[in-house]
Amino acid sequence: MSGNGDGSNGRGNDAARTSHSPRDAGDSGTLGGATPLPMLTKQDFQSDQETRWCPGCGDYAILSGVQALMPELGVPPERTVFVSGIGCAGRFTYYMDTYGMHGIHGRAPALATGIAASRDDLSVWVVSGDGDALSIGGNHLIHALRRNVPIKILLFNNQIYGLTKGQYSPTSEKGKVTKSTPFGSEDPPFNPVALALGAEATFVARTVDVEKKHLAGVLKAAAEHEGAAFVEIYQNCNVFNDGAFEAVRGKGAAPNQIRLEHGEPIRFGAEGERGIARAEDGSLTVVDVEEVGEEALIVHDAHLENQSHAAALARLASSPTMPTPIGVFRDVKRPVYGEGRQRQLADAHAGASLADVDELLRSGDTWTVA
Amino acid sequence: MTTTAKKQERVIVRFAGDSGDGMQLVGARFTAATALVGNDLSTLPDFPAEIRAPAGTPHGVSAFQIHFASRDILTPGDHPNTLVAMNPAALASHLSALESGGTLIVNEDAFTENNLRKAGYEKNPLGDAGLDSYQVFQVPMTTLCTRATEEIEDLKPAEAQRTKNVFALGLISWMYGRPEESTISWLEAKFAEKPAILKANVAAFKAGYNFGETTELTAAPVEIEPAPLRSGEYRNVDGTQAMALGLVAASVKSGLQPFFASYPITPASELLHALAANDRFGVRTVQAEDEIAAVNMALGGAFAGHLGITATSGPGMDLKAETIGLAATLELPLVIVDVQRAGPSTGMPTKTEQGDLLMAIHGRHGESPLPVIAATTPADCFDCAVEAVRIAVRYRTPVILLGDTFLANSSEPWLIPSTDTLPEIDPDFAEGPNAGEEFMPYLRDEHGARPWAIPGTPGLEHRIGGLEKEHGSGNISYDPANHALMSKLRAEKLEKLAEEIPPLAVDADEGAELLVLGWGSTAGVIGAAARRVRERGIPIATAQLRHVHPLPTNTGEIVRSFGKVLVPEMNSGQLLGIVRGEFLVDAIGHNKVEGLPILAEEMEQAILEALG
Repeated sequence: MSGNGDGSNGRGNDAARTSHSPRDAGDSGTLGGATPLPMLTKQDFQSDQETRWCPGCGDYAILSGVQALMPELGVPPERTVFVSGIGCAGRFTYYMDTYGMHGIHGRAPALATGIAASRDDLSVWVVSGDGDALSIGGNHLIHALRRNVPIKILLFNNQIYGLTKGQYSPTSEKGKVTKSTPFGSEDPPFNPVALALGAEATFVARTVDVEKKHLAGVLKAAAEHEGAAFVEIYQNCNVFNDGAFEAVRGKGAAPNQIRLEHGEPIRFGAEGERGIARAEDGSLTVVDVEEVGEEALIVHDAHLENQSHAAALARLASSPTMPTPIGVFRDVKRPVYGEGRQRQLADAHAGASLADVDELLRSGDTWTVA
Repeated sequence: MTTTAKKQERVIVRFAGDSGDGMQLVGARFTAATALVGNDLSTLPDFPAEIRAPAGTPHGVSAFQIHFASRDILTPGDHPNTLVAMNPAALASHLSALESGGTLIVNEDAFTENNLRKAGYEKNPLGDAGLDSYQVFQVPMTTLCTRATEEIEDLKPAEAQRTKNVFALGLISWMYGRPEESTISWLEAKFAEKPAILKANVAAFKAGYNFGETTELTAAPVEIEPAPLRSGEYRNVDGTQAMALGLVAASVKSGLQPFFASYPITPASELLHALAANDRFGVRTVQAEDEIAAVNMALGGAFAGHLGITATSGPGMDLKAETIGLAATLELPLVIVDVQRAGPSTGMPTKTEQGDLLMAIHGRHGESPLPVIAATTPADCFDCAVEAVRIAVRYRTPVILLGDTFLANSSEPWLIPSTDTLPEIDPDFAEGPNAGEEFMPYLRDEHGARPWAIPGTPGLEHRIGGLEKEHGSGNISYDPANHALMSKLRAEKLEKLAEEIPPLAVDADEGAELLVLGWGSTAGVIGAAARRVRERGIPIATAQLRHVHPLPTNTGEIVRSFGKVLVPEMNSGQLLGIVRGEFLVDAIGHNKVEGLPILAEEMEQAILEALG
C-alpha cells in the first residue's frame, strides 16, 4: 500500500483557491450583438501580417468580406476566435486580428468544438478547404454538424489541392487530370451541400468568393444562426484550377447561377426567364417560366423542418457547370450543443471549494486507523 | 465461533467463475469488508475481453484476486492460498495458479457433463488424483441456495440459483472472519427496490456463512489481525478512481474547469465514466467522434482557458500523436492519460503492459519534447494526476501521464490526503501587454513558459499555430536560426523541470551491490521481492522512477554508483535502453511481455540471478 499526505484531516482551504473562470476574463462585452459596438471598423479585424496568397486568389475577396462583416456582428475582436486547418485557407486565421488557432490538417472543427463547448461567450469560426474539411477531416465536419455545435464553418471550395501544388480533391470532377492523376481521376466528387444536409446540419448555404454582397448576406445569416452553420464558398484557384466556377461566378449575371431567396419563387437567368419546378417523378427540374407560368415554380422555404426541399435543391446540379443554386438552403432551429449545460457546469466548478473536494475524497466506505 | 481461529500473517484468495457469475461483485464486496477489518490489502481483477463469451467456456472466465495481511503488502500476490472455482472452466483456467496444498472450493453442482465438456475436461476432475495435492471442498452451492431460498415468495428458480456467488462470499467471509453486518447492509442498499431478490441474497449469504461454521469446512477460520497502518482516515481506491479524484482536486485547486474529451477504448474508458459522474465539480466531459477529435477538443478547451484533458490507451495514442506535437509547439497546458495495455495493435486489450514508454517520450515527428510521468501504485495515480496538471500549467506544455491496466484495476487502501497538501497550481493568465505596449505570446518566464492569454481578454488577441513561430512575437518564421533557437527553448523547459522535481530516492542497504531500478507500476513487486531478498540476508538497493522524462538529475549518478543495475519492466527493455544509452551503464533487464504483472517470486529470482 502507499500512504499519502500527512493524514491530517484539515478540511477546506478556500483562501488558497482563486477563481480563474474564463468568463471573468476581459470586459463585459456580450456575444450576439446585444450591445452594439459602433466604434469597431473593418480595420479592427485586420492583423498586421502580410497576406501571402497567390495574386488573384479568391481567398482575398473572402478575407475582405469577412473582415468587413465582423463590425456588424457586434462581437468585439477579443470574443471572436478563428480556427483553421491545413491548406491555403488555413492561413486565414493569421490575417484576422482576433484570437486564432491554426491547427493540423482536418481537425479545425474538433478544436473549435473544444473552444465553443467550453465557452458560451465566444463567436467561433472555422475556415477550411475542400481537402481539409471533406477528405482528411470529414469525420470532424459531419460530427460537428450533427451535434449542432455553435460554430460557423466556412468551406473554401476550389476543387483542387492548392498548397500541395495541384492534386485533385474530393470535390474535383471525375476525370480530373492533375499531376497525381495524369490519366484522369477515378472517383466521383462529393456534393458539399448535400453532405452537410445528410449530416443533419441546421444551417446550410452556398456563396461565391467575388459576389461581395451575396457573400456578406450569407455570412451574416450564418453568424446569426444559433448552432452550427455550414457555408460552402466557391473559391477560384487561379493557379491550379482557374475558371472552375465560371458558369456560376459572374458579377451577379452568370447564366447558371440560381439565387435562393426565402419566400420567393425560384427564378434565374438574365431576365428571370428560367425557373425551378417539380417534375412528374417528384424531383426538381429547370423550366421555361413563360411556358409553365410563374405559379408552377417552387417557392423557396429555408425553414422547412423536412429536409427534402433543401436536399432536392442541393441535387439540382451535379457540378457547378450546370444551373446551380446559391444562398441559404436550410436554416432551422434545433437544440444547440452545450447550451445551458456548459454554463451550469462552469457555475458548479466556480462554486466548488477545497472543502468539497475533501468531502469527495472521503466519500464511500472509509475507516480510521488510530 | 466455536473453534479457535488460527492466526495467519497474510492470505491470498481468488474467486473465479463465469463472467455472468458475479465474481467481480463478490470480490469488490469482500475487499470492502476486508478494508473495514483494518487489514492492508491489494487486489487485482482479471476479466475476459469478451463481454459475454459463451457461458461455461474458458473464454468466459472472470476472476478476482485479493491479497490481505496484518502487515503492509505491496502486490496482489502471486499464488492464491484459496481458490473458489464456480464451474469447471474456472477450475481449468486457474488451478495452476493455486499454491501446492492450497484450499480449493468448488461449486459441485456446476460440474455437469455439459460444463465439463465446454471446459475441455474428458472426465470429471473432482475426486481425481490430479487434485490430490490440494485441500478440496466440494460444495453443492446451487442446491444449497435453492434450498435456502425456497420459502421466499415471488422468487423464480433462476433467481435463486443466481445467488450462488453470494453464498460463496458468505463462505469465504466465515473462513477469514469477516463480519457479516457490513455485507448484509450493503445487500440491503443494493437490492432495496427488489425485496424478493434482497431476501434471497441475504439468505444465500447467511447460508454460505453458516455452512462454513456448522460443517467446520476447514479446521478453523483464519484470523488476520489488522495491519499496523499509519494513523488517519482510509478508503480503498483503484487507480482509475484515484486518477479521477486527482484530476478533480487539481482542477479545483487551480480554479481551472476540467474539459475532458475522450473516445471509448478499453481500459481507459473507465476514467471517462469516473469523471462523467462529477457534475457537482463542473467536470465537462465529451465523448468525441474519434481519438483525434478527443485530443483536439481538449486542446481547444485549453486554448479557451480550461484544464484540457484526454485519456486513451495505446492505439489511441498513435492517433493522437500529431495533435500532441501541435500542443507541444503551441505550448498550451494539456494532460494526456495513457492507460497502457498489451499491444501491438489491438493486442490484448484487457491485459497490462509497459510498452508505451518510448512512444510517450519520443513518439512524434520532428523534435517535440514533453514531460512524461508514470504512476507507481493505484493510490499514486492521485498524486501523479495532480503533478501532471501542475507541470502542464506551470510549463505550458502537454504532459503524458502513463498508467496501465494493472494500476487502473488494482486497488489498495489509501490514506486520504488533505487538500492542504496539494501544490500550488496557478494558471496565471496573461492580463495585459508584456513588452511595452505590445503583447508577445512567445516571450518566456523563468520556467521557460510563455504567457497563457485566453479569448475574452481585450488587447491580447493573437494567433498561434503549428507553423514555426518567431521567438517572442509568435509570428510565422522560416528563419533557420530562429528554428534552432525555438527547438532549444522548447527542450530547455524540460531541463528546468528536471531541476525542480524531487531527486530519485534510493532505498539501499549498506553494502548493496545491486540496484533494482523500476518505473511505474512495478513499484509494488520490486518492493515485495526486495523484502524477500533481504529476508535471505542479502543487501540490496531499489529505486522507482515516477518522472520518466525528464529523469531526475541524480539518476546517472545513482545508476553509476552500483556494481550492477537490474531494470525490470513489462516490456522488452525500454527503460533499459535509456539507462544504457544515457548513462553508459551496463545495466541488465528483466522483461515480461505476457500481459500480466511480474510476480514477486519471479522478481526475487531475477534479483538472485543478477547477483550471480
